[in-house]
Amino acid sequence: MSKSPDTPIFIPALGGAALVLGIAFAVASRDYGSDRIETLQASFDTERANATAAVARASELETSVAELTAAADARIAAAESQIAAAESQIAALRDQVAAAGSAAPAATSVASAAPAAGPFGLGRTAHDEELAAWDVDVLPDGRGLPEGSGDVWTGEEVFAEKCASCHGDFAEGRDAWPVLAGGFDTLANPDPVKTVGSYWPYLSTVWDYVHRSMPFGNAGTLTDDETYAIVAYILYSNDLVDDDFTLSNETFLDVEMYNTEGFIVDDRPEAEYAMWSGEPCMENCKPAPVEITRRSTDVGVTPADDGSMAESPMEEQLALLGGTEWGKERVAGSVFMGPGGVAQDEPPEEERVASTEPASTESGAAEPDPALVARGEAVFRKCSSCHQVGEGAQNRSGPQLNGVVGRPVGGLDGFKYSNAFKAAHDEGRVWDEESLAAFLADPRGYLSGTRMSFRGLSEPDEIAAIVAYLGTVSE
Amino acid sequence: MKIELSRRALLRSGIATGMTAAAGSALAEDGPDPLITELQDWASYTGDPVDATPYGLPIRFEADVIRRNVPWLTADPLSSINFTPIHALDGTITPQGCAFERHHSGAIELAKENYRLMVNGLVDRPLVFTYEDLERFPRENHVYFCECAANTGMEWAGAQLNGVQFTHGMIHNMEYTGIPLRTILNEAGLGAAGDLADKWVFVEGADASSNGRSIPMEKALDDVLVAFKANGEALRKEHGYPVRLVVPGWEGNMWIKWLRRIQVTDAAVESREETSKYTDVLADGTARKWTWVMDAKSVITAPSPQQPITHGHGPLVITGLAWSGHGQITRVDVSKDGGMTWETARLGRQGDKKALTRFYLDTEWNGEPWLLQSRAMDETGYVQPTKDALREVRGENSVYHNNCIQTWAVGPDGKAENVEVS
Repeated sequence: MSKSPDTPIFIPALGGAALVLGIAFAVASRDYGSDRIETLQASFDTERANATAAVARASELETSVAELTAAADARIAAAESQIAAAESQIAALRDQVAAAGSAAPAATSVASAAPAAGPFGLGRTAHDEELAAWDVDVLPDGRGLPEGSGDVWTGEEVFAEKCASCHGDFAEGRDAWPVLAGGFDTLANPDPVKTVGSYWPYLSTVWDYVHRSMPFGNAGTLTDDETYAIVAYILYSNDLVDDDFTLSNETFLDVEMYNTEGFIVDDRPEAEYAMWSGEPCMENCKPAPVEITRRSTDVGVTPADDGSMAESPMEEQLALLGGTEWGKERVAGSVFMGPGGVAQDEPPEEERVASTEPASTESGAAEPDPALVARGEAVFRKCSSCHQVGEGAQNRSGPQLNGVVGRPVGGLDGFKYSNAFKAAHDEGRVWDEESLAAFLADPRGYLSGTRMSFRGLSEPDEIAAIVAYLGTVSE
Repeated sequence: MKIELSRRALLRSGIATGMTAAAGSALAEDGPDPLITELQDWASYTGDPVDATPYGLPIRFEADVIRRNVPWLTADPLSSINFTPIHALDGTITPQGCAFERHHSGAIELAKENYRLMVNGLVDRPLVFTYEDLERFPRENHVYFCECAANTGMEWAGAQLNGVQFTHGMIHNMEYTGIPLRTILNEAGLGAAGDLADKWVFVEGADASSNGRSIPMEKALDDVLVAFKANGEALRKEHGYPVRLVVPGWEGNMWIKWLRRIQVTDAAVESREETSKYTDVLADGTARKWTWVMDAKSVITAPSPQQPITHGHGPLVITGLAWSGHGQITRVDVSKDGGMTWETARLGRQGDKKALTRFYLDTEWNGEPWLLQSRAMDETGYVQPTKDALREVRGENSVYHNNCIQTWAVGPDGKAENVEVS
């Protein structure tokens, strides 16, 4: 803490010293000469009076100085004790941090000191029910697993019902959704296939993730037993267990994953940092001439500046990738693949070409508002990862939607509908603009049991637009 | 909007190069500039009143400064990523509205009044906080970069995406307001955890992906923040409103959004995001795990493929960004000949630790072809490696933590392209 505010109190003290010197000079001047004694006497009297006054003033000032000094001392003492308190607080903080095994640098200046560490008595104690609801993670040693079980065959059924629309009936992955099985002995290949079987080191991770985050768009709805069953089926798909296996909290630790020993803890400090440190080269760092060895424009997968490529369907991008010299982009892409694995191989040729050009309506009904249809086409992008429309549209994880307005619900041959859709089909229900709008607003509310992983459109104008758009795509 | 973008694209491309050059020099020779000599509408009529836009947006001429997506990267935009338009920004702070997004199951809408934060596990008192509780703890302000571990990941095996937004745009840099994680842990009490040296903190989000990551206690007690403001205002929905974790210098996936739970454990949970993802397969098939730190990296943002030289010959500012998860950037070198010779760039301002630093090289260009590169150095003495050096150690199957030196080939027409060089 700065002591500069105390400095002014020393200035009166210096002034007092000057006065004392002045008095000494006045006293010495008495011996100048007897002829001037009287004059001097008179002067002396005046001087003495002045001196007396000065002495009195000096004495007063000295008193003030003493008082001010005492006050300053008190303030310094108070400040010092504050500093001591702050230092002891900092020391206490340091101790806490040290006790916490932390390498956190302790605060050294008041301006940047860490705020008080508390505790502040904020928050409230968590209830057991709350802890049970949220503290559900499972550790590699099985801690956190609930009691329960599920066998491979039950798992196959549940998987077909809840997982296969994205991951395929055999966990092989559909479209660009993750493949969960296979890929063994590919990790050292140019295109490693990282699946639950080939790559995931711990079974706990599979159980935990399926339990908490699957099915995509309907997370947290699987029962514990369903989770055990699904995981048992995924293990079976990876030849990790036999078909009569039952996974339970009891048998959990019996399962050995293939790649548990395949990981090392980050070794960059040893393997890289020393090699890539120090004063770098500034001149003649490599042989001339430097030549271009690869060009991104040869690959041609960059979205265009006007966004045109970003708006084209994924099939076109995948088709482009098929022609590239380096096929790693799909591996890179796998980083972001939704739930769990690598990108699938390109879809077969016949599935690849999909035009989003709406076919003209032949119904003869009132012409839909072109602006609304255009808006609907834009909104439909939300749907296009699962539903195709236009010439050559195929069923993907969702059925193709050409002519969906006026089509029987669940009425497309070759698409594996949920039981909810099958039942609606048997009731003879047909999609019209009204029912489509209701379904799009709240898919699960409208048709409980649908596998469509979409929470619905909240904007009424978006629903109207998309329904208008779908009305223009004919079979 | 689409038309605007296309016009921008045209203006940026070759046709415009000649035109812009004309605008820059020829006009002056041809005679007085009507923009100066004639009364312009904007100098005569009034503009918008206050409150025309209660929360302001960029002027329409900047409509192309937006996040962009690469659709083929992902199966579904709900579990996807887009990219910060770093080619069009300067300085270091990223505006929230164009800072990249990465969701695992969509950006959720979580109101402050519905927000709860639980602290449990090896603590003295398992606690639940409301949002209001959090605002009553002493808080701090820090600027940090957040970089997705997969930034530049598509470039491992070859030059691929032709734009710095796409090659390096999984990064943003904001000033965060938040509470040190250690304050929250201290509130619950770490006595129950005993020796903290081998303890972990598992953090998870409230969205359906329940993204969870294990953080070693040493880091948790160091500089991790529980943040609720960025660049002075509330976090955006897409960045975890109302509360996210800030894990300075470490990969973006650990910066849990919609933070709902903090659990002290005696082991890493080994969640999906720290085993099957965010691990690095080496050439022999072995994978590195717990590769949390983002090593020093830099890139030239202009000139670059989306930011060609359009102003003709003469003075030119080369600029870019540098950052290090290990601390401060101390120096950035720039090469114009593909890495044969280097000159040291000027730092816009000495950057904060674990935050973006802007660099400039004020130079001249007279139409000669360039192979532009930048090379960052940080306070540990680490020097950003070449892509070949990285491949030498890690092989070509890595995805994450690609901090290689980037090359842009600048042609005589001023256009730039993403390339690899010998």
